[in-house]
Amino acid sequence: MAEILKLSDAIARFVNDGDTIAMEGFTHLIPFAAGHELIRQSRRNLTLIRMTPDILYDQMIGMGMVRKLVFSWGGNPGVGSLHRLRDAIENGWPQQIEIEEHSHAAMANAYEAGAAGMPCAIFRGYQGSDLARVNPNIRSVTCPFTGEQLASVPSIRPDLAIIHAQKADRDGNVLVEGIVGVQKEAVLASRRAIATVEEIVDKLDTHSPNAVVLPSWTLSAVAEVPGGPHPSYTHGFYARDNSFYVAWDAISRDRNTFLEWMNTNVLASSPEAFAQRPPHRQVEMTA
Amino acid sequence: MKYTSSEMMTVAAARALKNDDICFVGIGLPSAACNLARLTHAPHITLIYESGTLATNPDILPLSIGDPELCETALTTVPVAEMFRYWLQGGRITVGFLSGAQVDRFGNLNSTVIGDYAHPTVRLPGSGGATEIATSCGKTFIIVRHNPRTLVSQVDFLTSLGHGKTGVERKALGVKTEGPAMLVTDLCVMKPDRATNEFTVVSIHPGETREQVARNTGWNVRFSEAVSETPEPTDLELGALRELNDRTARAHGVAAAE
Repeated sequence: MAEILKLSDAIARFVNDGDTIAMEGFTHLIPFAAGHELIRQSRRNLTLIRMTPDILYDQMIGMGMVRKLVFSWGGNPGVGSLHRLRDAIENGWPQQIEIEEHSHAAMANAYEAGAAGMPCAIFRGYQGSDLARVNPNIRSVTCPFTGEQLASVPSIRPDLAIIHAQKADRDGNVLVEGIVGVQKEAVLASRRAIATVEEIVDKLDTHSPNAVVLPSWTLSAVAEVPGGPHPSYTHGFYARDNSFYVAWDAISRDRNTFLEWMNTNVLASSPEAFAQRPPHRQVEMTA
Repeated sequence: MKYTSSEMMTVAAARALKNDDICFVGIGLPSAACNLARLTHAPHITLIYESGTLATNPDILPLSIGDPELCETALTTVPVAEMFRYWLQGGRITVGFLSGAQVDRFGNLNSTVIGDYAHPTVRLPGSGGATEIATSCGKTFIIVRHNPRTLVSQVDFLTSLGHGKTGVERKALGVKTEGPAMLVTDLCVMKPDRATNEFTVVSIHPGETREQVARNTGWNVRFSEAVSETPEPTDLELGALRELNDRTARAHGVAAAE
């Protein structure tokens, strides 16, 4: 059963230095508040997995917490580069970072294989791509029935998954709606999992018998953090703060500007501040 | 109506899409072209984004592939693993619309690095969905701005397979889909030569010249025997594109994608 905890307590109890962590959310429901708590509690030497490391992983990489990144698309969606990721890869600042690079299809398959308890994923992919040349974890298998050469990658089995979702009930069952990405797979593939939610309610009130619900016993902890994915969003609650994604380009381009922003808005802040951040109730953020 | 070269590019790209296409849409230039097609001659086109949004009808262009607008206007939204396994790998998509930082004469795309992989000059975002979109869709269209840094003789890194490094590898690898069938830029439209698979200029946009196309292409570009002039954007096409861009700019509070 998931314990309902304060976010800071959940991170303190279930996250260790050196962990392999998947913080998922495909543009939608990105667990920013949990990532910022990891930054405040200064976890180190992490291996971060994520299909689309956007601003959150840019921040964690820039704060020197990350040893290795496993990913398939590392940009600021619709805006351009992740400057902190680029600075780490191109210049080793603030430290060298190892990368393991895939395609989306490979990572989605690898999460699914992890959830299914398989050692590897098998799919039709990477044909003719140089990614197979630079990533030794991209291999091939021969179909025993047809002889077709298929791509194979190791399944993803993180120490910890962190996701954000719409709601949990008081037993810690969690409802995810909208663009559901690979969150269910990430949670089921991981040894431990933490979910932050917009609200904890008496009853989930799912609108369909097929709603995506993660039972309490698949999670280690649930924390109520309204606004937790800002500048990402929560379907049914508030929209994506696209203007912040645009603003991040200038904030993150320069190392000192970035560090000042992190000091003010992360290190000197708290999970409660997220409640004021979604666009419809936004207070001025220091840029 | 007067129009820009970017508008001409988007309109020419949109025209290539059909009403019955099931289209896997890349963000940026492809997204504008695909939605323009839906708003003009192809109202029943099915647009699919890799976030799992299936048959989506956004009123504005999304900034990211997972904007709320895409999910709210979709027929349904499926998990990302299902999107790549059942819908893309399963062979349900007729056309993939891609862009990239570099494209060569055989439609191979680079969206990974400029320079050496281990010590890149520029680290680009990477494949995203492109690597398998390029091989699993029935065919692909490519849209890029025309300059010699983008249209290169050889891609620094082959992220997504076109017809292969010499135009024959796609078939040799056993990839059964057609591959790059069109390259649209702000200067011209190219299609692969039937014998060699090399992109060859088939139409030049009004006001542009062969010399401009040649000067801005990183390989010794060939022209088909009957090069035509791309028909100008109609008032209907331009009106729909400008309204789409205006709505997008108002919604995002930033300059619209073209």
